[in-house]
Amino acid sequence: MSESLRLLLERFPQSEVFEKNPRRLYIRIPAPQLTPVAKFLHKELGMRLSICTGIDTREGFEILYHFSEDNTGIIYTLKVLVPKDEPKVESLGTWFPAALWIEREMHELLGIDFIGHPNLIPLLTSDTNWESDRHPLRRDYERRNEAHER
Amino acid sequence: MNDEAKTRRIVPIGPYHPLQEEPEFFKLIVEGETVVDLEIHIGYNHRGHEFISPELTYEQVPFLVERICGICSNSHPLACVLAIEDCAGVKPPPRANYIRSIIHELERIHSHLLWLGLAGHFIGYNTVWMWAWRYREHILQVFEMITGNRNHYAANKPGGVRWDIKPEHIPEIEAALTLIEKKTMMLTKAVLDDPVIRARLEGVGVLTREQAIAWSVVGPTARASGVDIDVRRDDPHCAYGQVPWDVIVLPEGDVFAKAKVRLLEIFESVKIIRGCIKNLPDGPIEIMIDEIPPGEGIGRTEAPRGEVFHYIRSDGSNRPLRHKIRAPSYMNIASNVVAVKGGSIADAALTLAAVDPCYCCTERMAAFEDGKMKYSSKDLLRLSWEKTEKIRERLK
Repeated sequence: MSESLRLLLERFPQSEVFEKNPRRLYIRIPAPQLTPVAKFLHKELGMRLSICTGIDTREGFEILYHFSEDNTGIIYTLKVLVPKDEPKVESLGTWFPAALWIEREMHELLGIDFIGHPNLIPLLTSDTNWESDRHPLRRDYERRNEAHER
Repeated sequence: MNDEAKTRRIVPIGPYHPLQEEPEFFKLIVEGETVVDLEIHIGYNHRGHEFISPELTYEQVPFLVERICGICSNSHPLACVLAIEDCAGVKPPPRANYIRSIIHELERIHSHLLWLGLAGHFIGYNTVWMWAWRYREHILQVFEMITGNRNHYAANKPGGVRWDIKPEHIPEIEAALTLIEKKTMMLTKAVLDDPVIRARLEGVGVLTREQAIAWSVVGPTARASGVDIDVRRDDPHCAYGQVPWDVIVLPEGDVFAKAKVRLLEIFESVKIIRGCIKNLPDGPIEIMIDEIPPGEGIGRTEAPRGEVFHYIRSDGSNRPLRHKIRAPSYMNIASNVVAVKGGSIADAALTLAAVDPCYCCTERMAAFEDGKMKYSSKDLLRLSWEKTEKIRERLK
């Protein structure tokens, strides 16, 4: 077990770890613990946020925060599950500028609200007349017979 | 200071630029000549790759992601097949790993030379531009010889590579490397020893180490700010763990440091390619992957601009369920917000270009004041060139 993972489990024992291979660790955490865990990884263990991935699954929206530990080459992926009827999670952008853009993108493409984000406007479609309630990466997204979608 | 200087004005840069390939829109908020804030609008080139990818099979996805970028067209497919291989739990044969590294480093050389040429053009050194692009041509010819294409090499596939490096290719690659090494040495000396270029670039557009970490920037942008990261060394893949080379890190964080990091990295790339050719193992160049089991995989590699990150989730079918793509410029461009603040308009175009952001800009730029055009597209280049001239006069 890597040193950082040991420290993480010591501090946050509710975390559930899946080891895909020694350099790709997936850690499921309860949504309320996201901010403390992310702060612990970035500020205390010095990890860099590579990116986040939002996925529409049967159980809800799964948000993956990929943290890279550059002195060992291990990627720690935090998994948070957000219910579909109330897709809300705390924003990391308030204290971590690297998360600002990707949270805007996930808000736009999946319709997840990031509580406390300073500027939650669309990132990719800000200059178009795209309707703000249409989220292309959701499973129930329907293509319309419009010229630009044909 | 008079009243006019205190008034805030907006100088729009973009969205279209015929010189470089990617449209972005930068809204510079200026007080007099000083930039006090920056708004960045992206999305003009949004093509929905993450939406299209789940509709394609794993064999087709590398072709799709290859078309994300015309310059680093090897980085995305490489990261993508690494993610697929991570998901399937397979490893490509050793010869494929070495060929991947050779193609990847050749791409880094041509990309860095391309940036150097453009940076030279921006500050009014058109000779640097013409020289750098002329020598880049030799690398493109090597690509054409190995893969049949100058760009979009289609070199990677899940489980290996498509193109073998034949024995008759090796002398040609070595000849190109010798030439590149000699000419880059000449360019490096010309650029680094030129007092005007030094005065023009030093201290411009500084991104401090703390800012670089807070914005999680990657690649030469991070390494020029003293952040010692390189995915090739930190998370060894392909043949990078098996040949000797160094990571170039400089502490200054200004445009000059970014130029220096890129120039010195060309020599490291030459070193890696030479090492790979020397140790190139025999054997097959691909293995068959029977099926991709349900699960997830992450692939990442160091593109010329920094870490490329691909995440793939599989449901056991022949198509990905979700494919997340993150290009390095996504992190680097966002950090421009802090890098241009406090600089002058004449430095802005250069600072924005210094992260090598597949950048677009100045051409359709126009600032209007009382119905009259204040800065046109050419004026921005002219401002930058004039500053260089002033420094040149001062240093005479």
